[in-house]
Amino acid sequence: MGRIYMDNNATTPVRPEVAEAMMEMLKGCYGNPSTLYCIGQEAHVALGHARDIIAGIIGATPDEVVFTSGGTESDNLAIFGVARAMKKKGNHIITTKIEHHAVLNTCKALEREGWSVTYLPVDDQGILDPASVERAITDTTVLISVMHANNEIGTIQPIAEIGKIAKARKIIFHTDAVQSFAKLPTNVDELGVDLMSTSSHKIYGPKGVGFLYVRKGTKILPMLFGGHQERSLRPGTENVPGIVGFGRAAELMHAEAEEEEARLRKMRDRLWEGIHATVPHIRLHGHPEKRLAGTINVGFEFVEGESLILRLDEYGICVASGSACTSDVLEPSHVLSAIGIPPEGAHGALRISLGRENTEDDVDRLLDALPKVVEDLRSFSPLYKEYMREKKAAG
Amino acid sequence: MAYSAKVMEHFKSPRNVGEMADPSGVGKVGNPVCGDIMELYIKVEGDTIVDAKFQTFGCGAAIATSSMVTEMVKGKKIDEALTISNAMVAEALGGLPPIKMHCSVLAEEALKSAITDYYTKKSA
Repeated sequence: MGRIYMDNNATTPVRPEVAEAMMEMLKGCYGNPSTLYCIGQEAHVALGHARDIIAGIIGATPDEVVFTSGGTESDNLAIFGVARAMKKKGNHIITTKIEHHAVLNTCKALEREGWSVTYLPVDDQGILDPASVERAITDTTVLISVMHANNEIGTIQPIAEIGKIAKARKIIFHTDAVQSFAKLPTNVDELGVDLMSTSSHKIYGPKGVGFLYVRKGTKILPMLFGGHQERSLRPGTENVPGIVGFGRAAELMHAEAEEEEARLRKMRDRLWEGIHATVPHIRLHGHPEKRLAGTINVGFEFVEGESLILRLDEYGICVASGSACTSDVLEPSHVLSAIGIPPEGAHGALRISLGRENTEDDVDRLLDALPKVVEDLRSFSPLYKEYMREKKAAG
Repeated sequence: MAYSAKVMEHFKSPRNVGEMADPSGVGKVGNPVCGDIMELYIKVEGDTIVDAKFQTFGCGAAIATSSMVTEMVKGKKIDEALTISNAMVAEALGGLPPIKMHCSVLAEEALKSAITDYYTKKSA
């Protein structure tokens, strides 16, 4: 039996078409895009082509696309870059409690430098109320940063509504669209964002590349200094094979986004119904509808998430207990805490994120394995024993 | 973070799993907020631990350390069992990732707590 990979919010396998496009660059096109002779110009053209594709997808002009090393760097550049450019105007940033650590820890770093940061709460389904953003704005607010789709629970935020508020109040608005770019509509004008962070490896492209969309006229300063590349906002010789692969991956993903979304949603809903029908004492974390098509975050009472993952791995199934970036941390997920899940509940969370390689057969295999695994772990869980004892006593 | 082969082996096929009908001592440590609860049962005859069992809610390391500590105490005199430290449990498992060392501490505490419970019951 082959391996089933269902952790596509952590990363995705590189598509063959993408690998092929990259291989061409690696083998034959090693020129530095900043040079004038033919092989440099070939690289320059390939880079421009990738930039055009991406700009087209998000409705931007090519020079508003700044390639970076990925989501984390994009988030850092957006937040530090605006903070550095705007520090004379104010020292207040608004964000949410459920952001990725690339945003949260960047904000915390700024707090240590004297910035004031408001971390807005979300409701019990993980949705931010745009009115709370409006209320949090002060005279010193210079940046609002709200993620588009959450990596752990998949909830999709009302970015366009927040965008309108930001625009009306003339505050720079950044969204972390790492989980949504090319999968959901991410037209920057429709979303009303000034900055948008993305990553290639979430859409079947290579790791180590992403971009930050920077709307023309947005006040932002670089974090790195060097050459003139990426309009001097992100100097350094471009990762040409990576960017070319990213461009190809984005092009392919965008073309099939709607169809793939519908396919994943159907599989995901069948999976949830199947889990719900076969495993008692569970709950869905996040919004039932406003959620990434392939994401299910489910809490299993009386068992611990890491054990579930390791047991499922024995069946060849790869899933996550939360964010891949926090698997070395013992604290329960900050996202689950923010939607009101108590620590004991958050410990039993499993994140299943489906992707383009998953089939209905994979869903069947997970539905076959999961009840067995949960039952086995519950069979020696003292919490389950206690629950059963109390239930018996209550009659 | 990666687990040793021994940890995985004990996680996959934990030894001495389950409740004990009439234990001489029970040790219960940890709490659900931290994500680990261990219950360790011992059966004592004379001054020897003749059987040990466990029930655990927790991660792979918590289950593996529970399994290992029950294996280590079976057949040991109580005095010897009391010398089992968390480091010995971790070592017997081929080491634990630093972030999971607390699981071995929990195993040691569960054992000591079960022995304490045995003495308390005995003197009562």
